[in-house]
Amino acid sequence: MSATEQALVSGDAVPLSLRGPAPTRVVAGYGFWLFLLSDIIIFAALFAAYAVLSGETAGGPTAADLFDKKHVLIETACLLASSVTCGFGSLAVQSGDKSSTYFWMAITFIFGVTFLSLEVSEFSHMLSIGAGPSRSAFLSAFFTLVGTHGLHVTLGLCWLIVMLLQVATLGFQPMVSRRFFCFGLFWHALDIVWIGVFTIVYLGAHL
Amino acid sequence: MSTDIEAQGVAPGVNVHTHGTRRSYLIGLGYAVVLTLASFWASSTDLIYSPGVPILLGVLAIAQMGVHLVFFLHISSAPDQTNNILALAFGIFVVGLLVFGSMIIMANLNHNMMPTDRLMQLQMQR
Repeated sequence: MSATEQALVSGDAVPLSLRGPAPTRVVAGYGFWLFLLSDIIIFAALFAAYAVLSGETAGGPTAADLFDKKHVLIETACLLASSVTCGFGSLAVQSGDKSSTYFWMAITFIFGVTFLSLEVSEFSHMLSIGAGPSRSAFLSAFFTLVGTHGLHVTLGLCWLIVMLLQVATLGFQPMVSRRFFCFGLFWHALDIVWIGVFTIVYLGAHL
Repeated sequence: MSTDIEAQGVAPGVNVHTHGTRRSYLIGLGYAVVLTLASFWASSTDLIYSPGVPILLGVLAIAQMGVHLVFFLHISSAPDQTNNILALAFGIFVVGLLVFGSMIIMANLNHNMMPTDRLMQLQMQR
């Protein structure tokens, strides 16, 4: 690190007020970070609702009756693996490597779809045994919380397809790699929300 | 990473110091796998004093969220990340208010609520 770089990092060289606007990538990343935090606040509200209502089963099935731990462990593994491959994909985007971007993002997509299909099969099983969202306050809160997370994953997968199409048609332009970068943040944030879901909803059910 | 970006702070996810390594993701994966398996194990074992299990699960979950933030989102305490950290701190504050506030208020309401059958009796008398 040269002396000027050192000075810039420590902030001695130019006063903050004279540095001019930040580069677009920093502004876009920071704005997206704020969006993610507000999204996490939405989830916090749903978590609060679930925590309050999780005991109100109205004589219906309880959390311990419904949830299968092995199923959740596989879902968790899928999401964690897709988070890591998404990270590898982001590195490939940064280095402008098209083929390895496609490779890692395709694996990310496959893990995401596997997660989603496991969740859909769980939901349809619950609906088939009469444990739908209208059965009790507990189940309403459950379907809202886990369903919102699933909806985010679905939207993320659509976003991923659009990004891959943009890489194919536009190449690694600055705006494309910026969007890819925001997608990576979104995907990692969804994994963080899932930690809360499997701890509170699924593991909490068996205590 | 150019110096003028460093001078303006960096966006989350951009790690100027370990830029472009798979290692941080793999280290993060290792920690996350261990913490996940630990919390699944803790919820089904008899070895741990059972009233302590929810606290242990909470600690493991928060630790794993920290691992994800540091190794996947590359949030750090570096001076160029001050904005990200401040936003994150405010987010955590609001999340805490929402979750614990709701739980305390609802527990209080439940505690002070008249049992339903007595409420019915009161309405019948009127």
